[in-house]
Amino acid sequence: MSRPTPNPTPTEQPFYDACQRGELLLQHCNDCQHILFYPRTHCDACQSDSLSWRTASGKGVIATYTVVRRGVSADFPAPYIIALIDLAEGPRMMSQIIDTEPEALSSGLSVMVDFESWSDSITLPVFRLVTGQTP
Amino acid sequence: MTATKCWLRVSLPPSFSVKSDHMKSQALRGEYALVGMAESAVGVVPDKSPRELCVEVTLNAVKDAGLTLSDCDGLITCNAFAEPILYHAEAVAEYLGWQPRHCVTVNTGGGTTFMAINMAIAAIAAGMADTIVVSMADSLRSFMTRDQAMVVQSSSGHPHYEQPYGPTVPAYYALIARAHMDRFGTTEAQFAEAAVSCRAWANQHPNAQKRELITVNDVLQSRPIADPLKVLDCSLVSDGGAAVVITRRERAQEGPHQPIYVLGYGEGHAYEHISQAADLTTSAAVIAGDAAYAAAGLTPDQIDLMQLYDCFTPALLIQLEDLGFCRKGEGGDFLASGVTRPGGSKPLNTHGGMLSHCHPGNPGAMFGLTEAMLQMRGDAQARQLANIQTALCHAQGGIMSSHATLILGVEATL
Repeated sequence: MSRPTPNPTPTEQPFYDACQRGELLLQHCNDCQHILFYPRTHCDACQSDSLSWRTASGKGVIATYTVVRRGVSADFPAPYIIALIDLAEGPRMMSQIIDTEPEALSSGLSVMVDFESWSDSITLPVFRLVTGQTP
Repeated sequence: MTATKCWLRVSLPPSFSVKSDHMKSQALRGEYALVGMAESAVGVVPDKSPRELCVEVTLNAVKDAGLTLSDCDGLITCNAFAEPILYHAEAVAEYLGWQPRHCVTVNTGGGTTFMAINMAIAAIAAGMADTIVVSMADSLRSFMTRDQAMVVQSSSGHPHYEQPYGPTVPAYYALIARAHMDRFGTTEAQFAEAAVSCRAWANQHPNAQKRELITVNDVLQSRPIADPLKVLDCSLVSDGGAAVVITRRERAQEGPHQPIYVLGYGEGHAYEHISQAADLTTSAAVIAGDAAYAAAGLTPDQIDLMQLYDCFTPALLIQLEDLGFCRKGEGGDFLASGVTRPGGSKPLNTHGGMLSHCHPGNPGAMFGLTEAMLQMRGDAQARQLANIQTALCHAQGGIMSSHATLILGVEATL
């Protein structure tokens, strides 16, 4: 087995292409101005199919998190940190927080996006704690 | 009649104001009854495959109803992780040499159980069948390796935006647990109370997979799985199956057991993936419960027995709040008060729940239903409670995603 790796649809491809070059893209609805995640063919607020990609700031805060002590498979050596991140632009996404001691974590702390290679063709957004914060 | 909830709730996302009209009227109240039930051996059951267990409980439930297969004309099943079959219900009927008029497989995860009951009622109401068997079984313990069971269950995560990060099912619920702790000050010891309560009931059930009594400290000291959840906060991995027979009220009187009537049903579907949840601490159990209470004309304080979906201790705690048994944010205090344990005034999961009786996957909540039937019939042996006239059974699928609430009553409640 190996780590599950996305097989992007044509709709999703721009998101993954951007990750490869170290950029986080979010879809904006041209009709209702809603900002979406995950990428879709239609806005999940108004169902419009008029969407544009825009670069996100990469800033977010931890909505909630867990330290996984028993990994899902041998490809995920525990411990590792799974979190829901509230992006500055509004959407929430699941990700890993990397290079952090579990004791340093708490909900509400600021994080910044980084990118990690997941396979030859796929790079994924991960997050790091913004330094200088106390839990 | 509109049911009034006895507790206020906080912070429903806007989408929650859209109420389903499903069964909102009391037109179906008491019109359909559960007349037969069966449970297989549960826990570690290596001698029968999921399909064979499903066949066994189908036949036994029909027999319990005082019927034969030829008296029944509908079969609703759920697929099995350990033995997936493309046309599951048809395969089970074929195995039995039975050609039911209505035959369908339902898949809404852990919510399949009571959604299947509702679909059976809808099918009977629509004239598609008269007497339907709802039957399901799986063998996550003996017919899969531990790693296979872990991977197949975590595959409910989004394949592109969740699974690549390696979340486990306990991790998904840990995200919810942490959010509840942050927002309401709930403690790990309060989550542990749910496991202690279920185990105390399982201690009185001869077939429960785990029966030895545990303390809050035992839970807190058990192996960390996904902080703040420890292994004793997590439900079991089991084999097992259960089935029930449902029919019209007019046909229900002929059987050997007192019929158990469906007073109300409701469901709620908020999202599929936890990263898309608008609210991590209030679930669509609110919608499901409201619809079921309205259909039954009952309020939470009129429920004698609670049979809730305890896949993880935080899920049980949040359902107690969302179904109106305590105020939002006070689930921890409610559990710690001890009212849900044997001898308490609010009995909960009297078979031991999925935390201690068994959890064979999607069929898990069926045992909450069959236990409710046993308690209402007066057949629950050492753990029998006095005068259980109403019961609320709740099931959920996904990561607190889709919810189904079933309210049952005895003849006197009609």
